[in-house]
Amino acid sequence: MSILQVSGLSRSFGGLRAVDGVGFGAEERGITAVIGPNGAGKTTLFNLISGSLMPDSGRVVFDGEDITGLKPFRVARRGISRTFQTVKLSRRMTALENVMIGRHVRSRAGFASGMLASPWAKKEERSIREEAMKAIELLGIADYRDKETGSLPFGIQRSVELARAIAAEPKLLLLDEPASGLNVRETRVLAELVSRIRGRGITILVVEHDMSLVMDISDEIVVLNFGKKLAQGKPREIQANREVIDIYLGEDDA
Amino acid sequence: MSIKPYLPVIALAVCAFLLPPVLTAAKSAFYLTQLTMSAYYALASLGLCALMGYAGQISLGQAGFFAIGGYASSFIATRNLQAIASSPLAKALDLAGLLSRGTDPYGVALLSLSPWVSCILAVLLAAAVAALIGMPVLKLKGHYLAMATLGFGLVIEKVVRGTKALGAADGLSNVPGFPILPGLVVTGGKAARASNFTISWVVLALALLALVNLFRSRAGRALRALHDGEEAAGANGVDTSRYKLNVFILGAVFAAVAGVLLTHYNGSIGPGEANVMKSVRYVAIVSVGGMANLTGTLIAGLLLNFLSLRGIFGSLDDAVFGIVLIFVMMLAPEGKAFGHSFSSFLRRKGRAG
Repeated sequence: MSILQVSGLSRSFGGLRAVDGVGFGAEERGITAVIGPNGAGKTTLFNLISGSLMPDSGRVVFDGEDITGLKPFRVARRGISRTFQTVKLSRRMTALENVMIGRHVRSRAGFASGMLASPWAKKEERSIREEAMKAIELLGIADYRDKETGSLPFGIQRSVELARAIAAEPKLLLLDEPASGLNVRETRVLAELVSRIRGRGITILVVEHDMSLVMDISDEIVVLNFGKKLAQGKPREIQANREVIDIYLGEDDA
Repeated sequence: MSIKPYLPVIALAVCAFLLPPVLTAAKSAFYLTQLTMSAYYALASLGLCALMGYAGQISLGQAGFFAIGGYASSFIATRNLQAIASSPLAKALDLAGLLSRGTDPYGVALLSLSPWVSCILAVLLAAAVAALIGMPVLKLKGHYLAMATLGFGLVIEKVVRGTKALGAADGLSNVPGFPILPGLVVTGGKAARASNFTISWVVLALALLALVNLFRSRAGRALRALHDGEEAAGANGVDTSRYKLNVFILGAVFAAVAGVLLTHYNGSIGPGEANVMKSVRYVAIVSVGGMANLTGTLIAGLLLNFLSLRGIFGSLDDAVFGIVLIFVMMLAPEGKAFGHSFSSFLRRKGRAG
């Protein structure tokens, strides 16, 4: 069953139809990849789903509810977490603190209880810390928990961001080019982490450039070109698709 | 639980009770007056520190909120209700214990709302104004937010300076003392000097405690996250508009409480408190304190205001704060003026030279 259903999604910037009538579904507990050449509209599509951009038309249905045009924080509260192409962490906060922000959607203490350090807020704070630690351990970055993230190697920063997303216990995880900026070894680690995350029952939608990674981890692949959906299918089918090879694999990576 | 983040709070509380006897023994009790006033200015700076240092939202309108608090409380507390003393409303208020009686310097009997009422109304007014101004203005970022809040500060200054009911250029005086607890009155005068110093430093310690707690909590973390990037904070479920508005109101409330207490302490308030240069001072204090640094803001706020009130800077008073701001922006715009970045700046210069 599709947990995420996108239909007829369009968004233009000036005269450019960045995303043009795109529709697809993401199977629950599966890994769906969106690929396409530069400028195909992958990141725009992502931003339309996560609420960073408003679509001109079309619908995004998540978990049976219409979330089209909801603000990012509301989308996050529905159970969709994301990472960014360029890692977006609080550089002056420690890795643990960053991951604790991921628990924001799963906790409630506000200004007043925070200022008064009320007992229930402190209890909640302890559980935030514990759950964040679990995410940090899942991604194997416990050694870095007390380091400010600005000083960490890029690959570790990626993992911190991933841990932050996982800490929210999302139903759907959006990964925006998770392998960009990573070396071959780090990419292998990433592939391993992504399948570990999927093993926890989280549906994953990934936009990615790295073909070997996509073919490796995906159950389903959606190919975009000039804002339109060009093809959809299993990795084998996509690899054999003449059109895809011509416009994408042929020119870019193959 | 580590005690370290709470050391400045403890230090303040200890000073609140220790300094009066020590300074009295040293025959320097007169310092207590300026130290009391400095505490209230530092309180307004702490509010700005939360807003600007931690949440990353600059405001050049902090003096405006200070003035709203001070003026509103003075205005309400100095209304003579003698004329309507026999009205049912006045009688009901009296029964509820919300009226206070006194005489003015000429011996005329006064009947006015209790300072408790005026203080609470004044702080609520400042919070309401902050909410009203904040909603549209906080959509702006950086320079634009600075300009918009500067505009707000200018408006408040012009309004208080131009309104006759608020005493125009003279301001309001004969503001009654504010009895916080039985036997404990926020008021000037030599007899109340030591107790008022203690009140002000305890209030400052409590405010600091609240902020230390806040920035070790979920809401404080969310504020710091939105400082570092609203997109990422939003993607993690932080309602950035609401959090920005909340911390803007929080900063305004701190300034208003400071304005209220200082006004009742001084017994008067003038348009100088609403001056935009005062807002620049608050910004300079938070900057030199290291931006996201409550202790730094506290020390800078107490020290610079104390020196300024002692008249150390002479006629260059405002200029000193301007110069402080220029240097901080050149050397350490991101904060830590006395820590890492300042020393690394010196090292860099040393190597270059």
